[in-house]
Amino acid sequence: MDIFVQQLINGLVLGSIYALVALGYTMVYGILELINFAHGEVTMMGAMVALTVIGLLLGLNPELSGLLVVLAGVLVAIPACMLLAFTIERVAYRPLRRAPRLAPLITAIGVSIVLQNAAMLIWGRQYVSFPQILPQQTYEVLGAHITSLQIFIVLLCMAVMAGLWLLVQKTRLGRAMRATAQSKEVAMLMGVDIDRVISATFVIGAALAAIAGVMVSAYYGLAHYYMGFMLGLKAFSAAVLGGIGNIAGAMLGGLLLGVIEALGAGYIGDLTGGFLGSHYQDVFAFFVLILVLVFRPSGLLGERVATRA
Amino acid sequence: MQPARLIGTILTLGLAIGLAGCGQKTDTQEGTQVVRIGSVAPLTGPQAHIGKDNDNGARLAVEEINAQGLTLGGKKVRLELLSEDDQADPKTATIVAQKLVDAGVVAVIGHLNSGTTIPASKYYHDAGIPQISPSATAIAYTAQGYKNAYRVMANDEQQGRVLGQYAVQKLMARRIAIIDDRTAYGQGLADEFEKAARAAGAEIVTREYTNDRATDFTAILTAIKGKNPDLIFFGGMDPQAGPMAQQMKRLGLTARFLGGDGMQNANFLKLAGEGAEGAIASSPGLPLEAMPGGPDFKRKFEAKYGQIQIYAPYAYDAVMVLVDAMRRADSHEPARVLAELPKTDHQGVTGQIRFDAKGDIQGGAVTLYQVKGGAWQVLETVK
Repeated sequence: MDIFVQQLINGLVLGSIYALVALGYTMVYGILELINFAHGEVTMMGAMVALTVIGLLLGLNPELSGLLVVLAGVLVAIPACMLLAFTIERVAYRPLRRAPRLAPLITAIGVSIVLQNAAMLIWGRQYVSFPQILPQQTYEVLGAHITSLQIFIVLLCMAVMAGLWLLVQKTRLGRAMRATAQSKEVAMLMGVDIDRVISATFVIGAALAAIAGVMVSAYYGLAHYYMGFMLGLKAFSAAVLGGIGNIAGAMLGGLLLGVIEALGAGYIGDLTGGFLGSHYQDVFAFFVLILVLVFRPSGLLGERVATRA
Repeated sequence: MQPARLIGTILTLGLAIGLAGCGQKTDTQEGTQVVRIGSVAPLTGPQAHIGKDNDNGARLAVEEINAQGLTLGGKKVRLELLSEDDQADPKTATIVAQKLVDAGVVAVIGHLNSGTTIPASKYYHDAGIPQISPSATAIAYTAQGYKNAYRVMANDEQQGRVLGQYAVQKLMARRIAIIDDRTAYGQGLADEFEKAARAAGAEIVTREYTNDRATDFTAILTAIKGKNPDLIFFGGMDPQAGPMAQQMKRLGLTARFLGGDGMQNANFLKLAGEGAEGAIASSPGLPLEAMPGGPDFKRKFEAKYGQIQIYAPYAYDAVMVLVDAMRRADSHEPARVLAELPKTDHQGVTGQIRFDAKGDIQGGAVTLYQVKGGAWQVLETVK
């Protein structure tokens, strides 16, 4: 029992992070039908920028409170990632907005490679370790261990997601975003500045990515220049699982993928009598993804959207 | 992961095509003959720090030889080191192997990982040039029957056996869980460890797997926790071992953490943080301080390249063994050098180097270390 609870906790923490990154994919897709493959790299940049700031601050004064230092790192990483995403959209995607859909997709992969290599040049090829400055209290829940950082990650992700939902549903910008998602042309005719809305979407997604990046590196205690790739792929899968373009779907998909992975890795060996080991954890997760897509091609919460002309 | 690898492969291939044909076996420059030696290690990716370390070790040796001056067959020879990046990826390894063969290298120092050394060795074997790996420890490497494959480090059979016996006899482990990273090195070491530990009377409660790019091990560690082991063995490298040790601590796992040379380095300490304390790992050969040429090498190396990671002295010795064979053959012709290599009896930085019939080092020592007070401390050396 305690092992099962522990696996659920493992999965929920991992899933919260996936969900936070998945939101960035799903928001952009919802509006532009573009899969922004560079989003994973924006997450990585967030982690790297925050780590640089943290390193600088600790270099100046090692006695600073860990929480404040990390907060300062996040507060620098967020605007840095926002600026980065704004620039990417402006330089790489906007000129291609009227091009066939394959063109911006390839551009996105290109941007992702450029960012990875830029990060490698700036921060080097090594794993950068995240200093252990956050207070790590361990609690016992039903025999399972949960740390204060894990609780914080889950709560923060929930809060950010709720905030985003409010933004999209209740604010003027949110209404403009929804209108643009439905039809760019009509939204434009109604006086919505769609360039601004699209920029805002990228920038908000990047802010979430920055937070997720810092969380991931704090949680695993490291960051490296290609960490965004696998994370981005998993988060993208989570977005598809939940129904890409749907914000609640991204959250559900993220949490689900995290839990499936944890349970898959934890139990697949015992269930198959050692025939399939824990190295099948990704296979298992993607198998579930395929299964869902066979029966619900638009994802768990996705709605069937009429093909656009 | 696959798309990135694919893109990497395409880029490397492009580069390989671009550079092909630039190479000729030797160029004559003002009466000095330039002889090329290949050096392969992962220079990018999670193991780049160890790869660069190997490369620098080989470079230091080459620079020293050039400074001393090398004369083969009456001609002045200048060695040139061609460094290649195999990204710790077996596919890329074969591409760079072919590239080096095409560039006309007379020998190759490398690769770093067993998983890359083994597939690449076929290319060097077919080309008939000597390959000396500083750090590939998988048994399979020298078991292929290639007469050109050598290594200057104890293999996994020796290391795994020492670790397995140590776990059971000295650490009194009865219930052991094993994790490996599914690479030739990690899996090979874990297999040998398992054999030795079983033979010594321990029970293997579970065998779990990860890969060499993973950072999350909470799921497998939780599964392991359910099996209640008193020792966890990891066959793999420090980018995984570090976070793994940290996550063990976070999950409240009190089992001892034991591993091989892949995690016995400074980076593991950084990545594992508080989780590193108490971890035990082996490393083939003697501790740097106890190596015959250790302190001297450390001084020379650190003046040029900074802190030694792990294998730099072995890469240095690999070059020296090669040049030693060249001197005896009085030639850089691969066939003549190969004829001399089995007769090697070289006093290197890491110890006395003699090869057995397979190309493995004779009587390689294995040293055990434990993290105490945030640093690796020597426990004992087993012959």
